[in-house]
Amino acid sequence: MSKYIVTQDVADCIGCRACEVHCKDKNHSGTGAFYCRMIEVSASESPLPKIDFVYLSCFHCEQPWCVDVCPTGAMRRRAQDGIVFVEDSACVGCKACITACPWTVPQWNPETGKVGKCDLCMDRIDAGLEPACVTKCTTGCLRFTTPAAASESRRQEFAEQLLHNRR
Amino acid sequence: MKETKYSICGMCAVRCPIAVQVEEGKPVWIEGNSHDGGMGRSLCAKGGAAFSQRLDRQRPLTPLLRMGERGEGQWREASWDEAYEYITSRLKPILAEHGGRAIMFSDRGGPFADLRQAFVKSLGSPNYINHDCTCGRNVHHASKSVYGLGRKDFAYDYENTRHLVLFGRNITESLKVKEVKSFLKGVKKGAHVTYVDPRASITAGKASRYWQIKPGTDYALLLGIARCLIDNHWYDQDFVARYVTGLQEFKTFLQPYTLEWAAAETGIPAAEIEAFCREINEDRPKVIFHPGWMLARYRDSFYASRIIHILNALMGSIEQPGGLFYPKGPKDAGKKGLKSLAALVPAVTEERADGCGTRYPQWDKGAGMLQTAYEAIDSGIPYPVKAYFIHRHNPLIAMPDPAEQQRILNKLDLIVAVDVHFSESAWFADVILPENTFLERDDILRTEKGLKPGFGRRQQCVKPLNNTRAGWEIYLELAQRLGKGEYFPFQSMEDIWQYQLQDTGLTLADFDAKGFVKLSDKALWFDRDQLKFGTESGKIEFINSKWEAMGVASLPPYVAPDEPPAGSFRLLFGRCGYQAHGQHQNNPILSELLDVNTLWINTKAAKQLGIKDKDQVLVSSGDARGTIAARVTDLIHPQAVFMLHGFGTDVRAKKRSFGKGLADHIFMHGKLKEWDQAGGGLNLAESFVTVTPVPSTGEIR
Repeated sequence: MSKYIVTQDVADCIGCRACEVHCKDKNHSGTGAFYCRMIEVSASESPLPKIDFVYLSCFHCEQPWCVDVCPTGAMRRRAQDGIVFVEDSACVGCKACITACPWTVPQWNPETGKVGKCDLCMDRIDAGLEPACVTKCTTGCLRFTTPAAASESRRQEFAEQLLHNRR
Repeated sequence: MKETKYSICGMCAVRCPIAVQVEEGKPVWIEGNSHDGGMGRSLCAKGGAAFSQRLDRQRPLTPLLRMGERGEGQWREASWDEAYEYITSRLKPILAEHGGRAIMFSDRGGPFADLRQAFVKSLGSPNYINHDCTCGRNVHHASKSVYGLGRKDFAYDYENTRHLVLFGRNITESLKVKEVKSFLKGVKKGAHVTYVDPRASITAGKASRYWQIKPGTDYALLLGIARCLIDNHWYDQDFVARYVTGLQEFKTFLQPYTLEWAAAETGIPAAEIEAFCREINEDRPKVIFHPGWMLARYRDSFYASRIIHILNALMGSIEQPGGLFYPKGPKDAGKKGLKSLAALVPAVTEERADGCGTRYPQWDKGAGMLQTAYEAIDSGIPYPVKAYFIHRHNPLIAMPDPAEQQRILNKLDLIVAVDVHFSESAWFADVILPENTFLERDDILRTEKGLKPGFGRRQQCVKPLNNTRAGWEIYLELAQRLGKGEYFPFQSMEDIWQYQLQDTGLTLADFDAKGFVKLSDKALWFDRDQLKFGTESGKIEFINSKWEAMGVASLPPYVAPDEPPAGSFRLLFGRCGYQAHGQHQNNPILSELLDVNTLWINTKAAKQLGIKDKDQVLVSSGDARGTIAARVTDLIHPQAVFMLHGFGTDVRAKKRSFGKGLADHIFMHGKLKEWDQAGGGLNLAESFVTVTPVPSTGEIR
């Protein structure tokens, strides 16, 4: 796990797929390749239908199988913050990383014949900014944070809700 | 060097404030204009695809003149000079023989229409028309008939509401960024949301109550609610006594519409409707009944919307935090407004070809009505119409009966399309004048009404990539060439902006810092004891005698909708959060998200027909037919099927979208001529289709 995490408040997500578009517009992932994806999960149990969306990107594993399996060293993990990224010039397009990843996260770019994936927009992070998907999320349901801060704020919200309900 | 330009998005008709970063003349980043607190940096998928739109080459990139028959798609590239010459040489004889009134113009309305209206007026034509017959005309006219105020004379305080009631108003998908953010804040603060729609959209998933109403029965449900509220005195009696006329007649009219009756008609249990009424009574006055946005749907949509407007009055939610409020303009802030361009041109006194204000006295003249303008083209009554400017508007898919539309349009001597895209309508034109994408063009300043009124500016962020021009340049040049240059004494957009700002005491530099200027620091609210309405009595008129005199009954009895014939379904349509009024269709990124639509069909209905999820099905109605994948779900009423609008284009130049998905409007037979006689909206949800499985061999039974 990189030191960062992108969290999603499902209640505020409207499945508008702006995150996917903002990512594609910035990262030019190639036709059919999505570094992040909003997955729809719906159920029509009465009386209220559930129509939710789950944000899925790369987990930036602590021990990334994609990195282990890459024969050229193109798939790398950044030492300073654990971001897993592809060094484009070294990728030969063997797709081993796609096979190795339990969630098939690395994406195939048919235009370049190489693999690309979410690097949390690390150029933006290095400039003190947040990933494109988070920065421009239509409803603000995505947050760029750290696991500890995410846990803290979720607990705070829960506690407030608890008291709100009791009042 | 990186610089930030503040502008206004143009990917859809919502026109959100944006910030664009430009580096060495290239756009490198686009986001919401965070100087606008309600917007923040948020940007929807449509806005996110703006750069992609600019780079797309499957668009008209230079003026095009038609070679073959209309709609054949044979084009010849032309210079701007040649294209202008082509247009003026055809317009001049029309002007000489038939006068300016023989020219009509349609666009999608909005805050930049003043210049285009000035252009039409300068030609001596009263026939400026916007798209609203397939959008909010019913809501607008309903609002006029109750309040004497238009639909845009009210706005909604979602964030502070206690109960929001939505009749198909799909806030999360027919998406306005600031609106949805404020809606979700309201939900988070515990607002009740009642969502009524035969199809459970994503908005249903955010609601605290969802009613899968029988399609076409909104008016019945509203009458049942109104009676229940009044019978139980669950309404704001002080507000009503002060501001409403016609309560007694309304009460009498409602007698037949009991809860049990409404339940039988709509399929929603009486006890649930009663519980809702009880809840809404506790939540008032912080209640919003949304009167609808796009409401060209059922034959009684105007009347359903009227009752919604009436219910807001019963709730006492007018000019009320958490309810509805008047969007304030410059005058309300004690300031002068923008100067109008159309005001520079002498008034045109001719009657309108579409009959607004004459044959249809109840309809606003300002926006016109396209389907009755078609009647005029077809019949030559009240006078011949010979030329049509279509400005980034797409009637051939926005309105039904494309073949009938083409037959009528073929009576015109000249069709000019000004567009960024190959819309289906542009493809049928004689000339396409390619407009700059919104990133590449200035527009006139706009007034931004609200609790804190102001002005906003769309400015050119980057130079055009292609041989395209801004709309304002096109119309000024055409006016000049037609000898009407005197009405447009401007050399540049700066000249126009300075003219608009003349009385305001503001300068252009005032827009540089944020892209907009606010005229008030604090939210402006009117005194609730001094509210004024635009009706003749100055009150909220449940019975509007002026409209009744024009032949529009205030309270017509309910008539049940037609039942779908055996084996048929009512065809419903809509859009999702990443569709942009036709601009999504062939956009490189957006078409990748969604290039085909599906047919939503109820699980039980599908089972009876032997249709499983993802099966290909044949949809037919008369001679219109097409295949589409089924989405089998309980989220839609058994009497209805649903598809997203804006697919199945026959424009070959749009290679990413050509022939993909199924067009909904081809199934709406005869609906060009079947519209709400009171409000003017087309009846786009009054068509039925049959659905049959397609054998897996692909052969159609």
